[in-house]
Amino acid sequence: MSIPSAAAASRARPAAAPAAGPPNPPPPGSGAPPPPLYADRVKVYPKAVQGRWRQVKWALLTVCLAIYYVVPWLRWDRGPLAPDQAVLIDLDAGRAYFLWIEIWPEEVYYVTGLLILAALALFLATSLLGRVWCGYACPQTVWTDLFMLVERLIEGDRNARMRRDKQPWSADKVARKLAKHAVWLLIAAVTGGAWILYFVDAPSSFGPILHGEGSVATYSFIALFTTTTYLLAGWAREQVCTYMCPWPRIQGALLDENSIVVTYRNWRGEPRGKHKLGTEWDGRGDCVDCMQCVVVCPTGIDIRDGQQLECIGCGLCIDACNGVMAKVGRPPNLIGWDTLANQEARASGRKARYRLWRPRTVLYVILIAITAMVMVAALSSRASVELTVQRDRNPLFVTLADGSIRNGYTVKVSNKSWEPQTFRLSVDGLTGALLSLADAPDSLTDLSARPDAVATRRVFVTVPADSSVAESSSIVFRARRQAGGDSASHDSIFLAPRK
Amino acid sequence: MPTKIEKDAVTGRSTTGHEWDGIKELNTPLPRWWLYVFYACIAWSVGYYVFYPSLPWVHGVLGWSRRAELAETMQAERERIRPMLERIRATPIAAVDRSPELRDFAFAGGRAAFADNCAPCHGAGGAGAKGGFPALVDDEWIWGGDLAAIERTILYGVRSSHPDTRASQMPRFGADQILTAAQIADTAEHVLSLSGRSTDGAAAARGSAIFADNCAACHGPAGRGNVELGSPDLADRIWLFGSDKAAIAHSIHLGRGGVMPAWNTRLDEATIKMLTVYVHSLGGGR
Repeated sequence: MSIPSAAAASRARPAAAPAAGPPNPPPPGSGAPPPPLYADRVKVYPKAVQGRWRQVKWALLTVCLAIYYVVPWLRWDRGPLAPDQAVLIDLDAGRAYFLWIEIWPEEVYYVTGLLILAALALFLATSLLGRVWCGYACPQTVWTDLFMLVERLIEGDRNARMRRDKQPWSADKVARKLAKHAVWLLIAAVTGGAWILYFVDAPSSFGPILHGEGSVATYSFIALFTTTTYLLAGWAREQVCTYMCPWPRIQGALLDENSIVVTYRNWRGEPRGKHKLGTEWDGRGDCVDCMQCVVVCPTGIDIRDGQQLECIGCGLCIDACNGVMAKVGRPPNLIGWDTLANQEARASGRKARYRLWRPRTVLYVILIAITAMVMVAALSSRASVELTVQRDRNPLFVTLADGSIRNGYTVKVSNKSWEPQTFRLSVDGLTGALLSLADAPDSLTDLSARPDAVATRRVFVTVPADSSVAESSSIVFRARRQAGGDSASHDSIFLAPRK
Repeated sequence: MPTKIEKDAVTGRSTTGHEWDGIKELNTPLPRWWLYVFYACIAWSVGYYVFYPSLPWVHGVLGWSRRAELAETMQAERERIRPMLERIRATPIAAVDRSPELRDFAFAGGRAAFADNCAPCHGAGGAGAKGGFPALVDDEWIWGGDLAAIERTILYGVRSSHPDTRASQMPRFGADQILTAAQIADTAEHVLSLSGRSTDGAAAARGSAIFADNCAACHGPAGRGNVELGSPDLADRIWLFGSDKAAIAHSIHLGRGGVMPAWNTRLDEATIKMLTVYVHSLGGGR
């Protein structure tokens, strides 16, 4: 492993912005006081860059934003009684809908499965391709990139922004800053507003929310998400990745020397130095020390310091460097996607070799397959009826006039289908036990449940007198759908007085 | 106070002049924002003393109190359910039980009223208690178990001071020397035989005649009881005052009879109807 520790990467950080960084520590024993341990934030002014990876980043940004804003509007026909929004978390009714899948509150473990699947996919992607999630698909990256685009359109590119920030306040500066924050807030509000649509019916709620007819809770949440989007994407930016996000620390453990990551080809670039057009390249490296890789970096680091915690693997430095290499007439990809093992191989003249199938990637693929199969199996065998039985606790049993012993239970039958159903209740495991509905003792033990609802009834189990029933006996309740098919059972006990 | 202001080399701030284990503390002022928040908190607390009841005998200029707020909430809640209570009051008890809407409301209201008023004697689940507090979950009713009978029992009580109360008196056969101890023992043996539990056939046979002369008038020749008179069924398995021979003999000796207050003086009509629905639903209603 040749990945430096996070601490080493942090120490290397001031080098990323030599103009504004704190002074280098003086050599030990020089007598001068040590510099403070606290370093102020060095404001990052990323420069615009053109190139292949920038194109990929724009494309993925568009796809991610499109998914986020379009998904609440997708329809899915579930019949007349159910909501027809494809993805909907209906908190009031306690139902979550995801295409053909419907989840009741007690089935939240499906969501757990989905999260496990997402985590494993992230593990696999990271061990294969490094931090592609961070660089291209993470919401923090996507919205920050969008906010930077706005900033660039209004305030200009890196140099213009730096210059303006140093100038005293002028009408132009105020106007541009106001415009930028206004657009940021607008994007943030649209982001927060779209989030709400995952929890309500989008077409019928969108208008009222826009016209100020939504609930206080709705506006509070929109305000909350607007504020967080504005602060995180507009102000905090790379600090979220470096200081707030736990993921970079975890990713360090997922990467190895065979992961394809953004790397600086040390062996080709060094020794670096300024280059005059027309002079020879002998005896020096390809790196002309133009700092373009640093000024385009959204987290403000120098990729030439090696793998480091702050690098989100977005590849913008590759584009910047390739532009320069083309200008000075050197081959591209001095900074490029490669594995650390290949870099060492190339440096020592051996053949580069990609190893995608490694024990860890194989393990991730197997785990993903297992999790997916378990989830598919669980979803396809999801029961449309569920039965729960709760024993009366007070009194535990009742002696009736004829000496028979009666226990009371509350049964709940969940009808998870969209048609009304009738269920026949029965009880097993105790000879002579009679089941009856508490409010209709003489009728059949049939129980009707409305579509997508829980039917609750009190029932009695009675054991005739002198039937030598034990103090406690296990019994099984069963609810069988009259229309045929599904049934559900629930264990309980029957209590009788001590003999 | 330190005599000499000492500057810290790294930060340029003065120190407090004190030294603890070689460590000197910087004389750093509080952060401005912290200070302002602190002042705001002081202003807030002063405002709190002025506007809200926070000192004994000082009630605050707003006149607000937790107790008044509770009373207001309770009043609002009473207003909210008043129409429903009014409907229940105006509906005969049998009709209340037939209407799903009224029945559900009455069940919930009855359960709350039961916990407040009935549970101390009859148990939180209506299981009753030894010594004359009948179980309300079983299927024996001394004074009748249909809705009308239960409602009447709750309204006027049993052996209460109300003129319409349910009342009957079992004679004190032993204490008033109507029967001898031997006769009482024989009668108890006969009573045991009514539910098939006698072990002494001869005594039971002797008791049979005594029972016919003294007890059958109220309890019936077969001991099946009579809800008109409030005389319990002696041939079933439910025993309010104990089922062994000694307990039965004791009941004959002393004469038994529980007391229940008349609730019409304490609870309103609607509440009593709700209680009736709830008790009727406990499992033994006829």
